[in-house]
Amino acid sequence: MSEVIVVTSGKGGVGKTTTSANVGTGLAAMGKKVLLIDTDIGLRNLDVVMGLESRIVYNLVDVVEGNCRIKQALVRDKRYPTLFLLPSAQTRDKSAVNPAQMVKMITHLRDQFDYIILDCPAGIEQGFQNAIAGADRALVVTTPEVSSIRDADRIIGLLESNEIQKIDLIINRIRIEMIKRGDMMSSDDVVDILSVPLIGLVPDDENVVIATNQGEPVVGSNTLAGEAYRNICYRVNGKEVPFLDFERGISFWTKISGIFHRS
Amino acid sequence: MELLKRILKRKSSREIAKDRLKILLISDRVNCSPEMMEMIKNDIAKVISKYMKIDTKSMEIQITKTGSKGRTLKNPTLYANIPILDLNSLKN
Repeated sequence: MSEVIVVTSGKGGVGKTTTSANVGTGLAAMGKKVLLIDTDIGLRNLDVVMGLESRIVYNLVDVVEGNCRIKQALVRDKRYPTLFLLPSAQTRDKSAVNPAQMVKMITHLRDQFDYIILDCPAGIEQGFQNAIAGADRALVVTTPEVSSIRDADRIIGLLESNEIQKIDLIINRIRIEMIKRGDMMSSDDVVDILSVPLIGLVPDDENVVIATNQGEPVVGSNTLAGEAYRNICYRVNGKEVPFLDFERGISFWTKISGIFHRS
Repeated sequence: MELLKRILKRKSSREIAKDRLKILLISDRVNCSPEMMEMIKNDIAKVISKYMKIDTKSMEIQITKTGSKGRTLKNPTLYANIPILDLNSLKN
């Protein structure tokens, strides 16, 4: 059974693209067939985060306008043969595609993949409507800050009124030392305010920046954020895994397995 | 001593953020514009003023939820805080 997941947040810069790239890669690493679609027309970025920017020939708008076959526009990932990217167009704008066209394209593609992940643009205008049109479920990304929580709340309301059946929350850029000081809302605070199920906690880890610089995903790497994203993938796939204890640092077993992987 | 009191009394920025968001999101969710809230407030003040002297400047109204958990406002309540200036002006 295939599942179409939209990654959205309302506010920009909270980690939608990073989340899309890492959840997509993590699911592919688990052996799933995954398609990542960048729906941010005019501001494409998922390709650079994935390190696939040099392999793009056709894009989402080309597919919708019939300039190419869907297969021609899909970019295969460097590391995982079951992971594909449908890049967005950089020189067009959001009005180049409409929700009905997105639904048609996704209906056509969904049987060929286990997961289709849609990276949604910021805002609540046409780009957002395009991204959610064909989705079965949503991952809402927020940070523990007032502005992004307010936007997440608005987005959750819109997803509910668009009858997205399943909405889960990812809290990104958590700084445990600030929470301990009483200067950052805890994950419990955020969940209490937004009242949607929590599916992931991601620490503010500098390894995410390093990985993005290199065009590599952080998921599955021997880092806190890498482990956090891998756990999200397990939960997306329906497996229950406990939330990470950021204070404890990366688990003993990850460290051990990391040593073996290196050698 | 005064300083110590202030330090002890000070809310953490986490609590401030949480309190602000709770109030903000309720008005976001009910989709009730600040203008409409102002009109409701003025009308309530007008009615109450017929019977007693109240402090219209510092009165507050707010939509809160009581007893319900989750996102949908199942039991929204209009909460009004109206300071009475002169109880003796109560008319029969």
